[in-house]
Amino acid sequence: MKILVCISKAPDTTSKIAFSDGNTKFDENGVTFIVNPYDEWYALVRALEIKESMGGNVTILSVGGADYEPIIRKALAIGADDAVRIDAPEGDSLFIAKQIAAYAKDKQFDLILCGKETINYNGSVVPGMVAELLDVPYVALATKLDVAGQTATIEREVPGGHEILEVQVPVVLSAAKGMAEQRIPNMRGIMAARTKPLEVIAGVNASNSTQVVGYSLPPAKSGCKYIDAEQAGDLIRLLSEEAKAI
Amino acid sequence: MSILIFADQHQGKVAKSSLEAVSYGAALAAQMGTQAIALVAGTLNGDGGLGAVGASKVMHMSDVNTSDSQQLTRAILSAVEASSAQVVVFSHDITGKMVAPRVAARLDAGLIPGATDLPNAAFVVKKNVFSGKAIADIQLLTEKKVITVSPNSFGIKMTEGTAPVESFSADTGKAGIVVKEFKSEAKDGEIPLPEADLVVSAGRGMKGPEHWGPIEELAKILGAATACSRPVSDIGWRPHHEHVGQTGITIRPNLYIAVGISGAIQHLAGVNGSKTIVVINKDPEAPFFKAADYGIVGDAFEVLPKIIEAAKVHMAAK
Ligand SMILES: Cc1cc2nc3c(=O)[nH]c(=O)nc-3n(C[C@H](O)[C@H](O)[C@H](O)COP(=O)(O)OP(=O)(O)OC[C@H]3O[C@@H](n4cnc5c(N)ncnc54)[C@H](O)[C@@H]3O)c2cc1C
Ligand SMILES: Nc1ncnc2c1ncn2[C@@H]1O[C@H](COP(=O)(O)O)[C@@H](O)[C@H]1O
Repeated sequence: MKILVCISKAPDTTSKIAFSDGNTKFDENGVTFIVNPYDEWYALVRALEIKESMGGNVTILSVGGADYEPIIRKALAIGADDAVRIDAPEGDSLFIAKQIAAYAKDKQFDLILCGKETINYNGSVVPGMVAELLDVPYVALATKLDVAGQTATIEREVPGGHEILEVQVPVVLSAAKGMAEQRIPNMRGIMAARTKPLEVIAGVNASNSTQVVGYSLPPAKSGCKYIDAEQAGDLIRLLSEEAKAI
Repeated sequence: MSILIFADQHQGKVAKSSLEAVSYGAALAAQMGTQAIALVAGTLNGDGGLGAVGASKVMHMSDVNTSDSQQLTRAILSAVEASSAQVVVFSHDITGKMVAPRVAARLDAGLIPGATDLPNAAFVVKKNVFSGKAIADIQLLTEKKVITVSPNSFGIKMTEGTAPVESFSADTGKAGIVVKEFKSEAKDGEIPLPEADLVVSAGRGMKGPEHWGPIEELAKILGAATACSRPVSDIGWRPHHEHVGQTGITIRPNLYIAVGISGAIQHLAGVNGSKTIVVINKDPEAPFFKAADYGIVGDAFEVLPKIIEAAKVHMAAK
């Protein structure tokens, strides 16, 4: 199996969210960046498991600047074989998808694995766009993936239950919880990652189809109204009369 | 010109989140002085209730494999052409996530995933980012536009009447995906969590799966869905589909009651869009109280029976 795993850079889940430049840019001051959790825990680890059982190669792909290299090295330390960084400025989903598709077009990947969404943009968009641009099947929010020969069996949660799908590779999918368990890189992996190939290539020309005009923080809660535990039943009255929630 | 809204259905019933997307599309159409056309693939009964939420017409395709994102995309693209749609609207649900990006890529259109409000005149749309910790105003720059609507953000706006249904067919090409099996998990009368208006959720403070009785009872009385924190589903006390938060699902119900959940930032990321939040925790320092509208500091096992009693009385009187 020739597998491509697309990874994105995301602020650590405990990061303070603040903005700079008149609220048009995310303030990276003091923020630690990690591999987007869905990409690392689920897409990458499942790709490695498939490679370990069937043989093959796992390539990491990121679209971004030099600041992406630490997270790419982390993915290599977890066990990916090689990596490619498409050196392109920050762009929107369609811009990123066009870069990924242009790279993958003639490389004959069997599987292109992405995360369910980035935890900073929360799009769930890039992998579907990549699939359309490559004209191959796409399964969103897969919770299980098995491959036998050229056939991938994929499970996903749909309203009311689980669906089991079968598709011939190549296929693009986005990985949700359930697909694999997080792996912590060991010392040997970290050492090996330093010398694994990380190729930097130029991006293709593409314009942005959307543009962030500004960011804001959600309005703060006006404060918590406490109800005495002894009078807990009063909650129901407040929810009905005051909050009009029930 | 028109606004085309894809309405998803399950076993012939249009999903609640899709009714909301149609209401959104209808409001957008009114704003732009055009009409809102709903598109349904698969089984449809009557107009599917789509006229009553603002559709002026329903296009219906019966033979489409809605699990195949490529076939569904081809079908939607021909409907876009037939209706000269300028904006295509989906719900930001599993089907929307699967096909909206494909449709946008093919149309070379900008896409706003998970819009929480209508666009302004310059087509700037609000969307939650950083897992609900911030809001972005994003402008769509392309002529054709795709928007997916965040469930429970816009609401369903009821109007009058039914919409005429027009059957529609399109060449959807070869199927790339075969559905081998569907394992039903819905218990009778159970409310799917992403669509629920009311949610009762519990965490590790419940101490073990055998103590979920009062959580389920309260949910049942209120007509609420149940949810849980991540460690609870990780250790198998509750099913995975109940896991809310940054790595689980994101919900925006009208009411979220959190029992024995500390309120870690990754948990809040999945629920902080809820309209009213109630926190029950024995630790007055639990971070969740900072995000709460109502708080009860106390032992869940003593507090819940009192709430259940009051809820029974309230529902009986309703
Ligand atoms: C990258 C990442 C992603 C994550 N994603 C998620 C996610 O999606 N969703 C999620 O939920 N978590 C997520 N987590 C985990 C999160 O950080 C917390 O560890 C988790 O939410 C804690 O769950 P809890 O509140 O149920 O348990 P605990 O933190 O153990 O809290 C239990 C609470 O119950 C209270 N309690 C105990 N006994 C009682 C009683 N008798 N009555 C009332 N209250 C009682 C305690 O005071 C305490 O506040 C993530 C973590 C990381 C690092
Ligand atoms: N800049 C990027 N480089 C590589 N892959 C990306 C990038 N941005 C997003 N992806 C992939 O697309 C998935 C969904 O991203 P999004 O549509 O932004 O939510 C992520 O989980 C990644 O797998």
